[in-house]
Amino acid sequence: MQLTINGESRDLDVDPEMPLLWALRDIAGIKGPKYGCGVAACGACTVIIDGIATRSCVTAVGDVTGDVRTIDGLAQGEKLHPVQQAWVEEQVPQCGYCQAGQIMNAVALLEETPNPTDAEIDDAMQGNLCRCGTYPRIRAAIKRAAAQMPAQTASEG
Amino acid sequence: MGKILRRTFLIGTGLVAGGLAVGYYAASRPWPNPLEDDLAEGEATLNPYVIVGADGAITIIAPRAEMGQGVATTLAALVAEELGVPLDAVTIEHGPASGAYYNSAVLEESGPFPVFAESFAAEATRSVSGKLGEVLGLQITGGSSSVRDGFDKMRHAGAMARHLLLAAASEHLGATPAKLTIEGRDIVSPDGARVSIGKIASAAAVLTPPAEIALKDPKDWMILGRSQKRVDLHAKVTGAPIFGIDVDLPGMVYGTVRMNPRLGAGIRSADTSAAEAMPGVIKVVRLDTQTGTGFGVIAKNTWAAFKAAEAIEVVWEEAPYPADTESIMNVFRETAAGSWNGSSYRDDGDVELAFADAPADSVITADYEVPYLAHATMEPMNATAQFGNGELTIWAPNQMPTILQTVCAGIAGIKSDRVTVNTTYLGGGFGRRGEVDFAIYATLLAMQADGKPVKVTWTREEDMTHDTYRPAAVGRFRARVADGVPQALDMRIATPSIMKSMGRRIFPSMPMGGPERLLTEGAFDQPYTIANYRVTGIETAMAVPVGSWRSVGNSFNAFFHECFLDEIAAKAGQDPIALRLKLMANYPLAVAVMEKLAGISHWDEALPDGKAKGVAFTLSFGSWVGEVVQIAQAPDGIRIEKVWAVAEIGRALDPGIVTAQIESGIVFGLSSAIGQAITFSDGMVSQENFYDYDAMRISQCPQFEVAILENSQKLGGVGEIGTPPSIPALANAVHALTGQRIRSLPLNREVNFA
Repeated sequence: MQLTINGESRDLDVDPEMPLLWALRDIAGIKGPKYGCGVAACGACTVIIDGIATRSCVTAVGDVTGDVRTIDGLAQGEKLHPVQQAWVEEQVPQCGYCQAGQIMNAVALLEETPNPTDAEIDDAMQGNLCRCGTYPRIRAAIKRAAAQMPAQTASEG
Repeated sequence: MGKILRRTFLIGTGLVAGGLAVGYYAASRPWPNPLEDDLAEGEATLNPYVIVGADGAITIIAPRAEMGQGVATTLAALVAEELGVPLDAVTIEHGPASGAYYNSAVLEESGPFPVFAESFAAEATRSVSGKLGEVLGLQITGGSSSVRDGFDKMRHAGAMARHLLLAAASEHLGATPAKLTIEGRDIVSPDGARVSIGKIASAAAVLTPPAEIALKDPKDWMILGRSQKRVDLHAKVTGAPIFGIDVDLPGMVYGTVRMNPRLGAGIRSADTSAAEAMPGVIKVVRLDTQTGTGFGVIAKNTWAAFKAAEAIEVVWEEAPYPADTESIMNVFRETAAGSWNGSSYRDDGDVELAFADAPADSVITADYEVPYLAHATMEPMNATAQFGNGELTIWAPNQMPTILQTVCAGIAGIKSDRVTVNTTYLGGGFGRRGEVDFAIYATLLAMQADGKPVKVTWTREEDMTHDTYRPAAVGRFRARVADGVPQALDMRIATPSIMKSMGRRIFPSMPMGGPERLLTEGAFDQPYTIANYRVTGIETAMAVPVGSWRSVGNSFNAFFHECFLDEIAAKAGQDPIALRLKLMANYPLAVAVMEKLAGISHWDEALPDGKAKGVAFTLSFGSWVGEVVQIAQAPDGIRIEKVWAVAEIGRALDPGIVTAQIESGIVFGLSSAIGQAITFSDGMVSQENFYDYDAMRISQCPQFEVAILENSQKLGGVGEIGTPPSIPALANAVHALTGQRIRSLPLNREVNFA
């Protein structure tokens, strides 16, 4: 099965019914997306497919047609993506387990809505659970990233 | 194998290519330095906390589990401060499992005394209990104790390492040690001559360290007392494979477990043939263990293992406890109400006499209840194990590696020194990973895997239904109120023993006895003076597995004590903060907290209709914490607008991390108060996943304002202290807003939250 992951074409020998999450983690060796619930209830597995934040735990790998972006491919080499940079500057993560999903969800939000209101942030991030309670810093980091991201990435979303 | 893989879980950047550890506590070494077993030929070591590489790179060992609380950053900062190197110039590792990394602080407050008790008996108990951690080599992350435990010994480790390095460099550079400085990877003399730390480290390692060494005056600190950039963030924003679930080893196979959901019961009959025939399945293994009975699946990938586990047909035996929640709670209700004897860790005045002659209209009574709770860490339980040639290696996100080592050695029938435990990052802990079940199952599956490593990941459903739950509890309270104060307060609290439940899982052959602090901590040990004041814990047998859940006994006793105190204030016609200040008058640290809290929360200012505040205070883990919660009635339910917290912790070594932890503890507590409950039906836990056991989401999260006080001479804990008062403060706010006194959690059974 042919998949494009973080711009790289990969040939994966998998059952097409396998959730994308497990194909990424166990077959392709891409560990950024995390397993949290398996039922799209926590957002830890979030990846971006064709600009849409997608729960990879409930997406059959055989149904994936677009390019898959994961947290593993977000930075340009050593240079962090503005959302990652904002996460560092606001000192967001605690245990960190949910943050790959939070960051990918935030990237998708900002590509679609470059300057989100609090209500738009709530709406977009509601599906991403954090048991450490880092939400106030997530909100601050999204706003910081919004102020720093080049505007043209929005129209591409 | 241990060496390379241990260092796979670096916290900072870069790998150490061989190294050498530098002296620490040479005069008193109750445990051998574990790094001695882990050095390549030609390397040497004296010190469990500092390694110097051949290139002069410094690695600090932070031997506590990093589960989000920032412990790697702050423990490393203790060493770096005295070593005199910036935090961003060192690499930080968890290090191996070893008794050398014992935690004495975790047990210090295990006796029947409040933290403010200074009697001979209280101090003697602290000393003996603390020594126990050392003798047993308990490497435990828990009890909000890591920094309290490491504060002196890790600063000493840094100071001793600096002393030895400078002494060795002084011979090389021909200048006295006091004149030398550390710059980058070099030691530099006043005339500008320099030598690489790597070059003189082996000479430093063979020097005899002095018996005593002076530590810096805190006013000279460059790192401690200031907010640091957390050392683990780059890994955590780039999706680096740092968690237990991310472990990847050559030839690795994958597994999962399906254990009896009637916890502690056996198997009546089972048919594994369908599961075994499924594609990708390698083996189905029956598991009969001290933590549960069921099946493990070994497969070629996790998804195949999950599907096969589901396909096992099995008839489980009946649960060893009543089959439904109501029947379970009835047991606690009976022991709370009845004449059962308990242990009264506080028994001031004469409570019986005070109620015997009390006018009926001066007495209030109330019954309180809390449910079982799950930890629901974001990373489900998992462990990876490999067994071969009589050696067992475990990689696991865990809070007590030396105990895993002992227990899994027993499971595998080998000696502890043949077991290597690698501690990864933890995707949340909250007490759940201070258990052994996940490692036992991985060990047993590894023993059936022909020498291959097996990564055993639980499904969320398996995790939710096989937790070691925060115990349910029932309280029966009465107070005699006159002249604006409680003349008498009597609390009876029925709940199971956490220590005995843990004991059955961890060391089943070692019976545990005696009364237990956890039953009433958060109620008996509070800084209030009441003439007749009794708090009784009634240990009630119940076979549902229970364990430590962020703040442990405080998580329910604070709710009991502080909500009933709110009722007493109402009966007495007193403002809740004014009454507390009156009762706390003998404890200046507590008074300062409440006065500060009243100030920052504008407690005395009137609120518009539809808004209300509630307050609570809890002394836990040596820290004195008051919180005010403000709520508002919105069209879609009650909204939590803001939480103010004031915490007296003695000394904030990293104010940024302390603030984050207090906020985190509050979110954890409020999540439970709003809507969490584990219930039972047909002997099984009814909740399966986040759709029926949810936690606070971003739209529900309040604003925070946290103030830290540093008046106390004793260091307090931080990781758990935000949780206990948040729950009663919210319940008290709901009462203030709606007039409803809700005495049974969660609150959303009675009121709606937005």
